[in-house]
Amino acid sequence: MGIYLPIAEISVNVFVLLAMGAAVGFLSGMFGVGGGFLITPLLIFYNIPPAIAVATGANQVIASSFSGALSHFKRGTLDFKLGGVLLAGGIVGSTAGIYVFAVLRRVGQLDLFISLLYVVLLGTVGGLMLVESINALRASRSGAAPVLKKSGQHNWIHRLPFKMRFRASKLFVSVIPVLGLGAGIGFLSSIMGVGGGFIMVPALIYLLKVPTNVVIGTSLFQIIFTSAYTTLVHATTNQTVDVILAFLLMAGGVAGAQYGAKAGQRLRGEQLRALLAMLVLAVAIRLAIDLFVTPPNRYSLTAAGLN
Amino acid sequence: MAARQAFAAALSLSMLLALSPATAQTPPVESIQIGLSTDAISITAGFSGADLTIFGSLENPDPLVARQGRYDVIVVLEGPPRPVVVRRKDRVLGVWINLESETFENVPVSYSVATTRPLQDIAEPAKYKQLSLGAQNLYMKPVDEADAPATIEEFTAALRDRKAATGLYSENVGGVQFLSQNLFRATVRLAPNVPVGTHKARAFLFKSGLFIKESSAQLEIRKSGFEQSIFRVAHDYSFLYGVFAISLAMLTGWLGRLIFRKD
Repeated sequence: MGIYLPIAEISVNVFVLLAMGAAVGFLSGMFGVGGGFLITPLLIFYNIPPAIAVATGANQVIASSFSGALSHFKRGTLDFKLGGVLLAGGIVGSTAGIYVFAVLRRVGQLDLFISLLYVVLLGTVGGLMLVESINALRASRSGAAPVLKKSGQHNWIHRLPFKMRFRASKLFVSVIPVLGLGAGIGFLSSIMGVGGGFIMVPALIYLLKVPTNVVIGTSLFQIIFTSAYTTLVHATTNQTVDVILAFLLMAGGVAGAQYGAKAGQRLRGEQLRALLAMLVLAVAIRLAIDLFVTPPNRYSLTAAGLN
Repeated sequence: MAARQAFAAALSLSMLLALSPATAQTPPVESIQIGLSTDAISITAGFSGADLTIFGSLENPDPLVARQGRYDVIVVLEGPPRPVVVRRKDRVLGVWINLESETFENVPVSYSVATTRPLQDIAEPAKYKQLSLGAQNLYMKPVDEADAPATIEEFTAALRDRKAATGLYSENVGGVQFLSQNLFRATVRLAPNVPVGTHKARAFLFKSGLFIKESSAQLEIRKSGFEQSIFRVAHDYSFLYGVFAISLAMLTGWLGRLIFRKD
């Protein structure tokens, strides 16, 4: 069944989009990630213009993170104060990102920049995760006890000034890295259409030493607002948010996520991480190939006067 | 030679006398008229292209010339002019990057031509250039005229090529047919991605390769339907649209949890 997307201005198949949303939702439920980093490249592969894929991806992320944050809120595994500070940084980063987005679009380098960012980020994160999970799998097979990081360990981040106390996270840390992390994620959110959970979660755990149980809830909480802000600014400055497209992805996504979460409980952590790593790497490789393959036509037309 | 001309003049004069004795002194000049059944068409979101039929008539045609098929008509449906950027990808360290670009002013977004015969059989190429008639002869004005002529030419060619590839520039040879001596019907193609706005329909009359007269009419192309309303809201009330998109996402997330909850 075909449907015409009003903003993307192309006809697409409803079931393909629902299935895409459901598949990504399933994976995101299984791995506890938002899925924005999968949705946006998939939309680009499906010939949705990258500018629209990014803005709509951000919109779609709200639904999945809102749904996830609700359960964490009910369980009390959510640090509002930490989320709030991250969010303050996120708004600044996102504003900068939208500005860069508009400039890149004007000079015709947006598509390239999005692809490059994806290849670099997904390649790095995927590669690191794969190495880590393979090591963990090997260690568990040989029967050796996994090396646990000592939670009391401090690093340079904990020596920075402007300290603030976050009770729910049992944390006393400088606001600088928290704001910086928020800003970085906000920037990526507006340019890549991702929530940024796949960077936020490891950063909170390894850099800020936030207890694992509040990490996902807090990350999801701040992602809701950063993506909401990103969506709003994209809608007003670039008019690139396609609600029909976003709704189809969300509808599939929220359904898939709940089943994915259930399936995820049956797999072991290391196996889960290894699978996610391979998936992330596959997306990165696919995007990288497109950068190097000779395009069918070297010339492209764009309406001038987008500024 | 002079005798032959005189003979032709006498012949046409005698025929005119037979037709309308009142205007016998000066041979009337042929002219052309086109009519559109409507001055606005609405296309829906699912529009997959169509043929637009334009009727027109020749006024005061010379029956002899008409019988010999030496009248030619070219009908053009020209979309609204817009500035356009043409970009060329080049390889940098193995990666294809948009490097060179050229901006053109006032390029018709679409340009559909219908003709009685192939363009090259109707008139001399110089004539088309002079009239700026036909996709190949449209003058594309670069914003930066100081650029090398070869570069401008390359990008102009690429612009025409891309427009033709997306069906926005099309040529329908044989798309104009004479139904009688006076009446003709032109069929121009509307591409699926035909732009909205004011289109200009123009008809050019040629007689034995000479340009005689032009006539034009305006046609408004509008998009209608649910999808178009969304498009309009997204552009006219973008802030409210953004708020709506966010609310919809939150509602979907909440409902999804309610309906599909598995914990």
